[in-house]
Amino acid sequence: MLEIKNVYKTFNKGTVNEKRALCGLSLTLNEGDFCTVIGGNGAGKSTMLNAIAGVWPVDSGAVIIDGKDVSKLPEHKRASYLGRVFQDPMTGTVANMEIAENLAIAARRGKRRGLSWGVKREEKVKYREMLKEFGLGLEDRMTSKVGLLSGGQRQAITLLMATIQKPKLLLLDEHTAALDPKTASKVLELSDKIIAENNLTALMVTHNMKDAIAHGNRLIMMNDGKIILNISGEEKKKLTVDDLLKKFEQVSGSKIDNDRMLLSTD
Amino acid sequence: MDAILSYFSSLNPMAFVAQLPGNIAQGIIWGLMALGVFITFKLLNFADLTVDGSFATGGAVTAIMLVNGFPVWITIIFALLAGLLAGLITGLLHTLLGIPDILSGILTQIALYSVNLNIMGKSNLPVSYRNYSLVLSGSNINMAIIISLAFAAIIVAAMYWYFGTEQGSTIRSTGSNPAMSKAQGINISFSKVVALALSNGLVALSGSLFAQYQGFSDVNMGRGAIVIGLAAVIIGQVLGEALFRRHINFIITLIFVIIGGILYYIAMGIVLWLKMPTDDTKLFTAVIVAVFLAVPYLRNKSKNSFKKVAKQNAKGMSTEGENNA
Repeated sequence: MLEIKNVYKTFNKGTVNEKRALCGLSLTLNEGDFCTVIGGNGAGKSTMLNAIAGVWPVDSGAVIIDGKDVSKLPEHKRASYLGRVFQDPMTGTVANMEIAENLAIAARRGKRRGLSWGVKREEKVKYREMLKEFGLGLEDRMTSKVGLLSGGQRQAITLLMATIQKPKLLLLDEHTAALDPKTASKVLELSDKIIAENNLTALMVTHNMKDAIAHGNRLIMMNDGKIILNISGEEKKKLTVDDLLKKFEQVSGSKIDNDRMLLSTD
Repeated sequence: MDAILSYFSSLNPMAFVAQLPGNIAQGIIWGLMALGVFITFKLLNFADLTVDGSFATGGAVTAIMLVNGFPVWITIIFALLAGLLAGLITGLLHTLLGIPDILSGILTQIALYSVNLNIMGKSNLPVSYRNYSLVLSGSNINMAIIISLAFAAIIVAAMYWYFGTEQGSTIRSTGSNPAMSKAQGINISFSKVVALALSNGLVALSGSLFAQYQGFSDVNMGRGAIVIGLAAVIIGQVLGEALFRRHINFIITLIFVIIGGILYYIAMGIVLWLKMPTDDTKLFTAVIVAVFLAVPYLRNKSKNSFKKVAKQNAKGMSTEGENNA
């Protein structure tokens, strides 16, 4: 479903701020794979997601989604393949538009937007049902501006927007990092449920090793713009945090520097 | 003392009442222009200074076409198209060439000064109602109010419809969250160009009506238009929010932009009635806009100020102290 082939990306090339963010990154995800991504700050996790989403063009290499090379497509054209949830709850939704309007914009992702009404009546009924399943009481606030909602509620809305039409690939970029632990686990649970119910292919970046182990059928660890660990199947099921730390030391040849890694083990 | 008394006795209340309809008519026409400013400033979050030029372009196109014998309705349509084109150019300067929003507007505005001179062939072109059949004119103010209100009603309705459609929604989302818009497959460059074109089309239409109202088109008639437009938008917003509070919706907001334009012209009427020198009107406009721009900020600040916290804490501590004693 997703194929990343030998992708390189360097920021601020030729300046003192030069940063080699992706160095020969390659990854293949099969349909229905739910892959968690861990790694320290600056390892290239978010950069990988941005390369897939087309926030900027890559220097070399290819991104292939569902058999189509999208490397040359700008961000808004790739959007039809992707559902995205960001770290900052403010990023995914329009604060001064209603919940229903936000959902309607997402429902038209990749479709031609014409001069018919932006939110149709039958859509509202559908959205109401969808929101009801979330159990957050949002179904009665469809005409509220999203800006009035809490961070967790906004992330839940963004999650629904990302999956309102089944995306080829769901990109979750530390989407629970800005939430309090209780809300974070609720949003994570919701993500799990949506991914399972729709059999989505997903990439989830997280700083939390336990979450990375507990969710999904695959796990990758990144360091210096490359994947240094790729675990799946039975091995992933048996994985513990200690295993992960040991494996990291083996692969990278250095002891894990937790200050730099900023990985949370609990 | 005598000077003050004689000043007040020289003010004629009837003169104020007599000029009121004229203020209202001009206010509605400039309110249409302010609706254009509303599209860029409020919906697209883009400070577009093209309007100073495109307002005069609207007047210039209508004037030269009237002089050349075109029917007035055709001239209005062409004025609108010329405005669309001006907005398109600002949009392309911004999206294709990456020029920052304010600068791309200023560039088009400066260019339009020459363009407008070229359109008219000179800096001022009279289009008196005596020689041409116009849709409205300052010579018949009551009629001018009715006609401009009709324009306002049609445009408010059209904007309410358009910004509720799928395409119009993308302009609102682009203005408020470009990152999300891109992630939802919206071509934000396209949204910006469309919004700028529509905005300036509306501004030029207003310029065309204003040239007819005042009976001439002048290359300088748009000078400071952006500030008047902002004044109308902001006066309308502050007033609308004060009156309707949380019940304010999009159509009321649009109507209050027109009301803002009317109130601005009534305020200007009062200033002139008070016999303040006409040279100072721009200064007065700037002061009004500054005050109304500051109101929402200051009101918010007075609700959440550090001083207030300090005061409350001081109060709390002193009462605690008393209890302990």
